[in-house]
Amino acid sequence: MIGLLRRDLALAIRAGGGFGLSLAFFLIFTALVPFGIGPETGRIAEIGAGLLWLGALLACLLSLDRIFQLDWEDGSLDLLATSPLPLEALAVVKALAHWLTTGLPLVVAAPALGLLLNLPATAYLPLVISLLAGTPALSVIGTFGAALTVGIKRGGLLLSLLVLPLYVPTLIFGATAASRGAQGLDTTTPLVMTLAITLGCAALLPFAAAAALRINLR
Amino acid sequence: MALTVTDLACARGPAQVLANVSFSLDAGEALILRGPNGAGKTTLLRTLAGLTPPIAGTLEHAEGAIAYAAHSDGLKSQLSVTENLTFWCAVFGTSDIAPAIAAFDLAPLANRRAGDLSAGQRRRLSLARLLVTGRAIWCLDEPTVSLDADNTARFARAVEAHLAQGGSAVIATHIDLGLPNARTLDITPFMAKGLARDDPFGDTFDGASQ
Repeated sequence: MIGLLRRDLALAIRAGGGFGLSLAFFLIFTALVPFGIGPETGRIAEIGAGLLWLGALLACLLSLDRIFQLDWEDGSLDLLATSPLPLEALAVVKALAHWLTTGLPLVVAAPALGLLLNLPATAYLPLVISLLAGTPALSVIGTFGAALTVGIKRGGLLLSLLVLPLYVPTLIFGATAASRGAQGLDTTTPLVMTLAITLGCAALLPFAAAAALRINLR
Repeated sequence: MALTVTDLACARGPAQVLANVSFSLDAGEALILRGPNGAGKTTLLRTLAGLTPPIAGTLEHAEGAIAYAAHSDGLKSQLSVTENLTFWCAVFGTSDIAPAIAAFDLAPLANRRAGDLSAGQRRRLSLARLLVTGRAIWCLDEPTVSLDADNTARFARAVEAHLAQGGSAVIATHIDLGLPNARTLDITPFMAKGLARDDPFGDTFDGASQ
């Protein structure tokens, strides 16, 4: 499992690995917000936390189809399926690698981009904590979606349609935690819900992803 | 018996391709699969490898004994030859890539990126992976595609060495590898075209026609 994780991280960082794609999208999205909404600082600061959550979610969505598609195209997914590694473990490692190369950089970048949106000082900590709690769920759900659509040429559209509705609860609770924190309100309930979604997804979805892979590899 | 197959029926997608395939394979023995294009050689190998569940029949072999090599090379272009092999070492829990490098003469290419290799060199690297798996039964799908005569002979020697160590191999190929302990199985008599029995819509259509 460690070997697979190491390979996926190495592949993501090397040329053509798509490591910077989500991060660049997140930056561009945030930089464009003031042009779309208008530069009044008060208004953007008010909705900034929610916007950053939305940006992180869309950036995450952008990189999902790479999770299994590249391995499927060059035939290594077949070989991995016949290896001693169970497909459930494969799904866990893939989700973890995706989070380390996509979710974690987004969490780290979010405060810097919050500065760009002139967020109030109280907003940063809840924003980072809620993203840290919620982005793993995005990676795990995305891995499940990618397992469902592996083998479909240009499956990105189908993948987005399948995954977006599943992303909604994470977005609602995560963004609520971030924006309540920004207003100085209690964030316990939405934060606990976000964590619960992440833990529930991490516990159950690798099995669903493995089942989907088994059917798609036939 | 290293591998025993009894009355196996295999399907690709919804279509049944093979029916009543039976053979057995001893340790140290190779089975060459023959048959025209589309006969079902790949389907049979995928079923043996456990990628496709059989529709009917039984498949007996030791747990985790099968190493599968498909048409596609399964290499990562961005990784070097050594890195590709080391990765499969880690996955299969083995540690030594030196015999695999030596068997397919990959030492001069060791630090080259797989993406920069020629088709034949990629094929050699892909076959070298089999030695790294440390598994007993090789299921190979047209392993000699894009290999030149020298390297085909080198591959045949690698298979011979594997058989001599008590391994076995099922190889779908159209050329003569000149293996000493090889039997040939023509799968043409087992060909069966029709809907698979586990087709989820089969019942629905049966019901409608009654």
